[in-house]
Amino acid sequence: MRELIERHAGGVRGGWDNLLAVIPGGSSTPCLPAPVCEKVLMDFDSLVAEKSGLGTAALIVMDKSTDIVRAIARLSQFYKHESCGQCTPCREGLGWVWRVMERMVAGNAAVAELDMLYDVTKEIEGHTICALADGAAWPVQGLIRHFRPEMERRIEEYRGAAVRRAAD
Amino acid sequence: MPKVTIDGQEIEVAPGTTILQACQQAGVEVPHFCYHERLMIAGNCRMCLVEVEKSPKPVASCAMPVADGNVIHTQSPTAIKARRGVMEMLLINHPLDCPICDQGGECDLQDQAMAYGFDRGRFEENKRAVRDKDFGPLVATSMNRCIHCTRCIRFLTEIAGVEELGATGRGEAMEITTYVEKALGSELSANIIDLCPVGALTSKPYSYVARPWELRKTESVDVLDAVGSNIRIDSRGAQILRVLPRLHEDINEEWISDKTRFAIDGLVRRRLDRPYIRRNGKLVEAEWQEALDLVADRLKGVPGERIAAIAGDLCDAEAMYALKELLTGLGATSFDCRQDGARLDPGCRAGYLFNTTIAGIEQADACLLVGTNPRWEAALVNARLRKRYLRGGFRVAAIGPAPDLTFPVERLGDGGEALNALVRGEGPSAEVLRAAKAPMIILGQGALARADSARVLGAGRAIAETFGMVRPDWNGFNVLHCAAARVGGLDLGFVPGPGGRDVAGIMEACRSGAIEILYLLGADEIDLSDIGSAFVVYQGHHGDRGAARADVVLPGAAYTEKDATYVNTEGRVQLGRKAVFPPGRAREDWAILRALSGVLGRPLHFDSLSELRHHMRAAYPVFGEIDHIVPAEWGMFGEAGPVGPEPFTYPIADFYRTDPISRASATMAQCSERFGGRSDAAPRTGTHG
Repeated sequence: MRELIERHAGGVRGGWDNLLAVIPGGSSTPCLPAPVCEKVLMDFDSLVAEKSGLGTAALIVMDKSTDIVRAIARLSQFYKHESCGQCTPCREGLGWVWRVMERMVAGNAAVAELDMLYDVTKEIEGHTICALADGAAWPVQGLIRHFRPEMERRIEEYRGAAVRRAAD
Repeated sequence: MPKVTIDGQEIEVAPGTTILQACQQAGVEVPHFCYHERLMIAGNCRMCLVEVEKSPKPVASCAMPVADGNVIHTQSPTAIKARRGVMEMLLINHPLDCPICDQGGECDLQDQAMAYGFDRGRFEENKRAVRDKDFGPLVATSMNRCIHCTRCIRFLTEIAGVEELGATGRGEAMEITTYVEKALGSELSANIIDLCPVGALTSKPYSYVARPWELRKTESVDVLDAVGSNIRIDSRGAQILRVLPRLHEDINEEWISDKTRFAIDGLVRRRLDRPYIRRNGKLVEAEWQEALDLVADRLKGVPGERIAAIAGDLCDAEAMYALKELLTGLGATSFDCRQDGARLDPGCRAGYLFNTTIAGIEQADACLLVGTNPRWEAALVNARLRKRYLRGGFRVAAIGPAPDLTFPVERLGDGGEALNALVRGEGPSAEVLRAAKAPMIILGQGALARADSARVLGAGRAIAETFGMVRPDWNGFNVLHCAAARVGGLDLGFVPGPGGRDVAGIMEACRSGAIEILYLLGADEIDLSDIGSAFVVYQGHHGDRGAARADVVLPGAAYTEKDATYVNTEGRVQLGRKAVFPPGRAREDWAILRALSGVLGRPLHFDSLSELRHHMRAAYPVFGEIDHIVPAEWGMFGEAGPVGPEPFTYPIADFYRTDPISRASATMAQCSERFGGRSDAAPRTGTHG
């Protein structure tokens, strides 16, 4: 992967060390954090071993200026918008995921909701006719798997701000 | 035959069976919402997910055909987890208004949430809100509750044949709607109430009336058309609250028409609940004894040929039998049960039955409709014709003005000319019939209720014989009746005896004074305005046309208030059952006639319904064959000769108002107004309602 990005695609803005994460298969697969991107190979088995997938093999490369939670929330909005509405988990679930993700961007949530969000994406994944719902669930799963500390930090920060506002 | 293992149980099923059907055959219940055995498979609710070994994901069992060697687990952790997930998704946007929801107690979502629901919600966001739709006077909507199973869309599109309902928007913005907010224009529309697994579509007339566990359920049959749909009557105390369909594969499957379902509010309006006697030109309340004495006094000393009786469209066989026995004992021979004047020949049973049977339509490959609009005359026969049409290879031609039957029909002409041409074997449609393996002809009352109806019958018989519709293994000759009492009356020979008069003759004789006493047994469809000074006894349940002219009114029981026998258009004998007692001092019809015979001093030879039935079955054995079709013997009927060129007219001008019960029903009046069934309706102005 590193070879693909560095040699063939012009590299990461500000150098490899500025890399935050890569979504290896279009927008619909779990993202991989920079340390994994270092060594992983761009083939089916290697990406599956890292709990992601090759998907369309179109990479989304994000440097450290990216608000990763916001980026994934935008993907959730996209998938919610694209859902046709036939299968229950996708129709009902993607709106739910997107709304929780929007709160996560600001940190307006509880830490326990991270586990709930992960659980909900697991309820959506694999229970529908087509793969759109899977593709919507995976990026969120990848986010929680690799960037949970960042999400928890936002929640704490938001809480702290709320407490300070209440104190003033 | 694929062999599959379901929860450790090995069974063999027919190829093409879906996993869900295989599970049902194995006695394993799989929860589902969108799947319905009579509708196309949608596979969208995802509640029926099961685990199939070697399949990476849980499989929607309703949409997946079995493969040989499938090992299916319906109760494995994977399957249960999948269903719990789906249930949670269904509930996040479903309002928690079960306490005020009419579906409560008979709701699939409620029941299955008991098995697969979480005990608390994790959904913290706002629930979706959806604007309610106006589907007309029958179907109430509460679209927040919709779980998008699309059963209603599929029913109206496939079975009712009106593409009026669909989904707009996508994702969570998807809504079930009629696009332009119009009432559903189908005679079968209310079946979507039964199909809706939640409370999104409920019955408007029944809204907030009762809970299902309060109701007493009586299994009966419908009499508002001649189909004899099997129904369940739900009542509480003395009141009938709703009618639901009951499964009968050979008649109505699991549907009923809107009239069958909603005309019941007519059962409490304009009822005759006590006897009346006309004094000084006005009907005044009377006691039973007075009324019976008066009728007996008038009957005594009148010779039989001066007495006539006409039976109406909703009469049960027992009442007609009792009346015929009573008046035959007095020497009367002028009986008729054919108010519309159709010259159906009671001598040959095959000549007045729907011989193919309703289920038999599915074996036909060509059909000729003569003077009939089955969509209004027998909505479920029309649904069966459509079902056959959808399978392909079914050509339908029609003689008569063109109504929309929900399937393509080739028009051959409006009246007798086209029929005569077919009798001569001319025209392209004759070729279609000749080439067909199982052709059928349906003669409607529109073709039979006219002066030359004997010739129409003869023409029908000639066509049936010419085109090989009558064979040992197939009888394609059919008469479609509109009146539930008609076949029973013909079976009982409730027709003019030797020297007797038919309906037109009776009317004429009343005018000329040749008939002194006219006994109307629920006969409301004849014009009684000009019948001279005849003494009219009306026995029936509604204050309609017959009672308005009567000199004595004897209050009888409606079909929901008596145990009675009816014969449908196929000649199928069915038993209706009493759900509630007749109102006030009204009595069951056979009992009134038995009492009258006692007052006359010529008691009938039965004292109970079972004795009556015993005698009736001995005299007319066909009434002993309950729910069993006895193929009728083919024979001679009708009259040869050309049919007049006048166009056929359909007997039903307004589907929603065809009989005393539906005419008294406020719901049916609303439908009639909304759907423009009434042809004489004046244009509405701003001052209306």
